[in-house]
Amino acid sequence: MNGLGFDAVAAVLLIPLASAALLVLLPGYRLTARLNVLASLLTLLAALSLLVVERPAAGPYLLVDDLNIVFIVLNTFVGFTTSAFSASYIGHELETGRLTPTYLRFYHAMYQVMMFGMNLALVANNIGLMWVAVELATLTTVLMVGIYRTHEALEAAWKYFILGSVGIALALFGTILVYMAARPVVGEGMDAMVWTVLLERAAGFDPALVNVAFVFLLLGYGTKVGLAPLHAWLPDAHAEGPTPISAVLSGLLLNVALYAVLRFKLLLAANPGGIATGPLMVTMGLASVLLAAVMLYRRRDIKRLFAYSSIEHMGIIVFAFGMGGPLANFAGLLHMVMHSLTKSAIFFAVGHVAQVKGTQRMSEIGGLTETHPWLGWSLVLGVVAIAGLPPMGIFMSEFLLVSSTFAREPVLTVILVAGLLLAFGALLMRLNGLAFGEPKGATAPVHASYVPMFAHLALVLAAGLFLPGPVVAWFQNVAALLG
Amino acid sequence: MGDLTFDVAHMLAGGLVLLSFVMLYQDRLYALLNVYALHAVVLAASVAWQAFAQDAPHLYVTAAIALAFKAVVIPTSLHRIIRRLGIHREIETVGGVGPTMLAGMGLVALSLAVMLRITPEAEPLAREDLAFALSVVLLGLLMMVTRRNAVSQVVGFMSLENGLVLAAAGARGMPLVVEISVAFSILIAFIVIGIFLFRIRERFDTVDLHALDRFRGERR
Repeated sequence: MNGLGFDAVAAVLLIPLASAALLVLLPGYRLTARLNVLASLLTLLAALSLLVVERPAAGPYLLVDDLNIVFIVLNTFVGFTTSAFSASYIGHELETGRLTPTYLRFYHAMYQVMMFGMNLALVANNIGLMWVAVELATLTTVLMVGIYRTHEALEAAWKYFILGSVGIALALFGTILVYMAARPVVGEGMDAMVWTVLLERAAGFDPALVNVAFVFLLLGYGTKVGLAPLHAWLPDAHAEGPTPISAVLSGLLLNVALYAVLRFKLLLAANPGGIATGPLMVTMGLASVLLAAVMLYRRRDIKRLFAYSSIEHMGIIVFAFGMGGPLANFAGLLHMVMHSLTKSAIFFAVGHVAQVKGTQRMSEIGGLTETHPWLGWSLVLGVVAIAGLPPMGIFMSEFLLVSSTFAREPVLTVILVAGLLLAFGALLMRLNGLAFGEPKGATAPVHASYVPMFAHLALVLAAGLFLPGPVVAWFQNVAALLG
Repeated sequence: MGDLTFDVAHMLAGGLVLLSFVMLYQDRLYALLNVYALHAVVLAASVAWQAFAQDAPHLYVTAAIALAFKAVVIPTSLHRIIRRLGIHREIETVGGVGPTMLAGMGLVALSLAVMLRITPEAEPLAREDLAFALSVVLLGLLMMVTRRNAVSQVVGFMSLENGLVLAAAGARGMPLVVEISVAFSILIAFIVIGIFLFRIRERFDTVDLHALDRFRGERR
């Protein structure tokens, strides 16, 4: 069984890598788009098999445990549905001439390299390897954001690249400091960079060194999470790249960076002299929620609107993990999954809307439910879900978070709820103009792929109505692990 | 012998910080690139000295990469790019040289205060190395903030990465994985940047980021 388990991990990593090499070589967009979907599906199946087969023992490089398996399954699932959406989206881009076949080949290969980078970051049992993987995923997304080569896309990619690199440099410095802290206790060499070893021996680390390391790591990986005040790259990168990339950025890459922060938080929790990481994360989380909620009102670009909404939701999630405790952690974990599913579904809808209207300006889009009922109503459903209305899953997680925080820190709850309500108002106001009222813009029929959208929204709705017992037990287990 | 080892390492790491300061006030791109090349040479010497002091042969590889790649390949290619773009004119700094230097000194003081305080138990060699490395990293950040020109921002970023390599070399016994990855990331970063510069050149007649700022999405 053990060998089989290892094979599943290897498959999660090797399938994207091999298909990236294959996609570079193959011409023809229909074939490569299908191959991209197929490769993503295979990766998803490999990831799902990790749930069933016995997990491999933690090696010096790779690790599968209760925590990261949630992220891996989510990552590969959204990766798969996004590739299906991308196949229909990219066909339209080719027709309108925004992308050439050469760029498309590059696009598909990069998509798989990015999936490889993210999966590697999630299964890495080595802080150095994890850093390399996050950097790889960042660089590939930079290239994808700039792929349209317009003024805006280049500026967005450049900004993302500079801010992302600075973040990643700070994270590396933090990683080196962690190694320095571990060396006297664990000894020289590879062992002092292995998660499982670090966690076991963390109690003996020099607290001052680990504390400073965490500050660097939080700032570094926090830049990638999009936490205020390091979020400046996020709206541009979301708005100017191809929409499938916006969906993957919001739904997956932010989570991967968050996962890195959580791992180091665990390390600090295991050290008796470590600073309390909670207040730091709570502060940054609340700042992100408030800032994003206010910024939502002044958006004119539809993709930018939802990018700011992503900042808000990452803020909520970081706030939840910062509060800690089984209930808040559970809420944070649930919220993360729900946000990934909902936000990528929204971006699928927005991508088709922007294509059919030929613009991303919200003032030129209107009455979608009349002109394109299916598209319009799925956008309505998505926004209702992301705004946190019942009976969707996000309502559940936000309710859990607010009620559990209220029992412990009433003042913080007031601030959080204020942010949530502000964002709620902004989103519904915009939705009203987009989906109802007088139709504006082009009314040509749309060839959209509804299946990925509906699959995500159905899952979110199902989670809001009823969470199956095994899933609850699974999440509770992970929440307890996070302390 | 012990004292000499320490003194030389100290001198080289200090030289790196000094060169970071020199980069801060360069207002011509060619001069900036030359200082950067020197920065990389000093880094290579510093890493090689660490390899000798720690008896860690794999660090010689890192030193060689720094020497060949950062001191020779990157500066010459950037030279060529600058010539091709025709932008060897003056580069403006925001806030002037005086305030920038003062800010730089403040950052160095900060990093010394932080690093020396939290590492009282580490051996002096690693300790000083780490403090200097953080200074170089922060000075690189400062340079990226004060420059408007895309090429000089990139140079700022590369000097920042030099600081990271210095830190990694100073941490005794740190596995090779990380050093290679740093060198590798520079390679990738450079390719990315190269593509960017050419794309920017294709679309605009300047690589000044001010020109890019005009196209910010919300103000269409």
